[in-house]
Amino acid sequence: MIISEQWLRSWVNPALTTEALAEQLTMAGLEVDGVTPAAGEFSGVIVAEIVTAEQHPDADKLRVCEVSTGAATVQIVCGAPNARAGLKAPLAQVGAQLPGNLKIKKAKLRGLESQGMLCAQAELQISDENAGLMELPGDAPVGQDLRDYLQLNDALIEIGLTPNRADCLSIAGVARDVAALNSSDMCAPIIDPVPVATETSFAIEVKVPEKCPRYIGRVIDGVDLSLPTPVFVAERLRRAGLRSIDAAVDITNYVMLELGQPLHAFDLDTLSGGIVVRNANADETMTLLDGSDIALASDTLVIADHTRPLALAGIMGGENSGVTGTTSRLFLESAFFTPRSLAGQARGYGLHTDASHRYERGVDPQLQQRAIERATQLLLDSVGGRAGPLTEVSSGAHLPEPQPIRLRASRITRVLGFTMDSERVEAILLGLGFHVTSDIPGEWACTAPSWRFDMEQEVDLIEELARIYGYNHLPISRIKGDVSLAEQTESQRSIASVRGLLVSRGFQEAITYSFVSQDLQARFDPTVAPISLRNPISSDLSVMRTSLIPGLLAVAAHNAKRQSPRVRLFETGMCFFPGPTVEQRLQLGLIIMGPRTTEGWASVEQAVDFFDIKGEVEQLLTAATGAVSFRPVIRPGLHDGQTAEVVLDNAVVGLIAAIHPLTAEAMDLPAATMVAQLSLDTVLAAQLPAYQDISRYPETRRDIAVVLDAAVPAETVLEVIRSAAGPQLVDLRVFDVYAGKGIEPGQKSLALGLTFRDQSRTLSDEEIAGTMTQVIDSLKQKLSAKLRS
Amino acid sequence: MQSLDELRDAAIAHINDAADGPTLEQLRVDYLGKKGKLTGLLKGLGQLSAEQRPAAGALINDVKQQLQALINTRKATLENAGLAERLSHEKLDVTLPGRGVDPGGLHPITRTIERIEGFFRSAGFEVKEGPEIEDDYHNFEALNIPAHHPARAMHDTFYVDDSHVLRTHTSGVQVRTMENQAPPLRIICPGRVYRCDSDLTHSPMFHQVEGLLIDETSSFGDLKGLLQDFLHAFFERDDLAVRFRPSYFPFTEPSAEVDIQCVKCSGHGCRICSNTGWLEILGSGMVHPKVFDMSGIDSERYTGFAFGLGVERLAMLRYGIGDLRLNFENDLRFLRQFI
Repeated sequence: MIISEQWLRSWVNPALTTEALAEQLTMAGLEVDGVTPAAGEFSGVIVAEIVTAEQHPDADKLRVCEVSTGAATVQIVCGAPNARAGLKAPLAQVGAQLPGNLKIKKAKLRGLESQGMLCAQAELQISDENAGLMELPGDAPVGQDLRDYLQLNDALIEIGLTPNRADCLSIAGVARDVAALNSSDMCAPIIDPVPVATETSFAIEVKVPEKCPRYIGRVIDGVDLSLPTPVFVAERLRRAGLRSIDAAVDITNYVMLELGQPLHAFDLDTLSGGIVVRNANADETMTLLDGSDIALASDTLVIADHTRPLALAGIMGGENSGVTGTTSRLFLESAFFTPRSLAGQARGYGLHTDASHRYERGVDPQLQQRAIERATQLLLDSVGGRAGPLTEVSSGAHLPEPQPIRLRASRITRVLGFTMDSERVEAILLGLGFHVTSDIPGEWACTAPSWRFDMEQEVDLIEELARIYGYNHLPISRIKGDVSLAEQTESQRSIASVRGLLVSRGFQEAITYSFVSQDLQARFDPTVAPISLRNPISSDLSVMRTSLIPGLLAVAAHNAKRQSPRVRLFETGMCFFPGPTVEQRLQLGLIIMGPRTTEGWASVEQAVDFFDIKGEVEQLLTAATGAVSFRPVIRPGLHDGQTAEVVLDNAVVGLIAAIHPLTAEAMDLPAATMVAQLSLDTVLAAQLPAYQDISRYPETRRDIAVVLDAAVPAETVLEVIRSAAGPQLVDLRVFDVYAGKGIEPGQKSLALGLTFRDQSRTLSDEEIAGTMTQVIDSLKQKLSAKLRS
Repeated sequence: MQSLDELRDAAIAHINDAADGPTLEQLRVDYLGKKGKLTGLLKGLGQLSAEQRPAAGALINDVKQQLQALINTRKATLENAGLAERLSHEKLDVTLPGRGVDPGGLHPITRTIERIEGFFRSAGFEVKEGPEIEDDYHNFEALNIPAHHPARAMHDTFYVDDSHVLRTHTSGVQVRTMENQAPPLRIICPGRVYRCDSDLTHSPMFHQVEGLLIDETSSFGDLKGLLQDFLHAFFERDDLAVRFRPSYFPFTEPSAEVDIQCVKCSGHGCRICSNTGWLEILGSGMVHPKVFDMSGIDSERYTGFAFGLGVERLAMLRYGIGDLRLNFENDLRFLRQFI
């Protein structure tokens, strides 16, 4: 909301500079977003009248004007399309200083002398309007200084109001707060009832009093809407960012800005029967002022006559019932609609108007009569006419009635952390317009003024006390309380420690959006219909990810394009799995791409492969709570022969893979791009160390090489050996894998190291030889393996 | 015994001239070995009289020991020289870079969250997390934001269905904690949040850390104290000006917006602070009694306060990051700066 400082100061005028006033408003919760001058810095500009305007003999687009300055007539050459005889416009006279340090001098334009410059609004920095000369009212006094005439020495204060402060959506409202903050008197305009001069009235019926507890209407006949809006009204509207339309619309807007009460003026001659305030009927439609046709929803409150809906109550008028330049009989509406009845309504029609903004947040339920009298007086003063009697339909049962709120001194102390003295408490509340009584010491009964309908309970009052007292003046204290040891479980590692592990292994952390494009998602998870957003920012960010891998691949691609061939990234984040109830689980994703090591004098450049990413995953699972194994699987978007599920005991907890060559091609990635994902729970769960006695006896190692079918997984070989060797086998490793020369096609050779040890004695060569024979026999039997000669 | 002296002098000269181990060994054999020259002299003692024999033997043994010591010293000298020679061949260019991995690093957002968690943990706060697809009740209703409340317009909400949204703040986690745990409570809730807004200064996904403290003594003064201490600790500046001004959140009352003096221009006014000298840094307030009531906490007995920090803003101010979007591009040239 933009308010004119001048207008505000006509209500309340504390001895504060503009800057201090803005600071005071901000610190009272009416945040000032900016202060700008109402016009640029200029001098020597007067109201002038174009007496004649002739075509320039040598320039199509220029006109030569005789312009009256009141004291003299001067010749001005002007390029504005609206320069015409009779127009009053600002004239920067010779010697004038315009914004941007522009000094006006005599000039010759295409051979003809120009003694000054007629100005557009933009040239005076009054607005951005630059299409033609600023058109001044017909009654503007020729010769008067423009700054004086328009009272341009004013600042525009933009206030960002929070939704609870609807009472401040007007000059009156801000003035009330300023008066309370400075303990100054307020000088509101005097609003007396306008004498009734015609008995003409128009019937009003309210069918839904719970939505519209008060509706006041009045007929004004004999108005002349060809008359202009008074200049002070038009100027103040302009400074608030509203366009001038005609006197009737302008004055209703003016009163809304001044008092906070939205008003609407109908052309009485377009109405039939009487006003009916009701819910819309099924299948009803109407055309709004802005020309749009809408189908009304049945819970929408409308202002109708006996034949049709006329307006969306509290939102916008209709096209065929509003005032026009030829309207002579007005019906003026001043109503109170409850916030609840209008909540969400305007948004439902894609609308947001000054009226709906105020009604949704709340309008003073006692303001309607004052507002309609104020508007009537301004109308009569500017466009004439005779006012009819007020017709009011109100329902006391539905009008909000402020209730006394109990305020305890002890509670003030508890909430604010200091004791405010009683005189201060009462002075602040009285200054804000509360009615305050105190029957019990240390307690007050406070009744809010009608405009502070946001006051419901004690804490609301305490906030007001804090606000006016000044948050920054409230004391600072330290939190107190018992100290207890924080929980620190060992069976659960912290995410931070896992991140630390990855960082020390050269991984950079990425954070990608939780939503991805449907296409990317489908490339890796085509069978699951992901959770999609109803209102995504764009189709690229429209479905909730079921995997971290697509996002990490996109990041890798981004970096590959920017000369970062070696990528090691991880991300921890939520993935979203659809189902009867949505499952949201934290996952850990990894991606490695490009050379295994950084290029350097000591490294051999070699691309990463499947076993690099597998090694990383094994590293993360060293403290796992069960047996970890890997099962080959085939997954969309991933390499058919280089993808494995990570299995913990019998549950699948993750995936590791090389990406599919077609994925690499489609996403502009190198083929050597490896990815992994693990459920974060699995990574975080950790086995508590359980000590076992260290054997005092030596260990013995035996190495063998076996040749067997290449399709037999190494894990199977190891399992056969383990079960044949028994508990004395304490370590088993594959130290070489070979296929090629010397080995038959379809076969492979595995070199295996077996380490034996017993807890209670030294094993003899004979015993170990016996066990090795069992191992070799078992491999022969179960896997048709041969010892490599 | 003149020949003993000659023998000795000759041996000393030879030993001192020996250039390597084998030569030295040969000398040892020649003089001190079983058939060596000195051993020969000892054997010749038998020709002397019983009276002369002890003195002559002692002299020979003296020379023997003297020569043995000299050989040992010479041997050590030769060995040391050999080792030095070898080491000089093994000399490396120590200025070549070491063998190792490129350092990794945390994302500045995570780094910032971990710091914030650290401060509040030290004050007894516990970290709580919760779902990101949140139901309407926990994201709005339970926080005193009923349907059609104007405050809903302040949250540009992503909708999943009629009753589920992408959480617009992490306050839902606070509600869940209040429902399940009796006060006193001290928790912070970090995490991703979502708003349907995307431009230079808004990201559809960003991070918050919200905090909640509930006990039987907390006041607005405590809130001011804790947040001021936090901001001083976070920016490592005890003289950083902090101000509190009234604001509005449906779930707190009194509510306060907290500003810090611009860390870029120290309050003189610059582009970062839109020439105001102040930066809006967090929202806070005393927990609204209605929120307590809805979560079944006695609002007469307990008071508490809540606050919400925008992590991106803090990280960007702390590290001088000028563009919000950099946080989510994950360009390695950006990420690698945070190691």
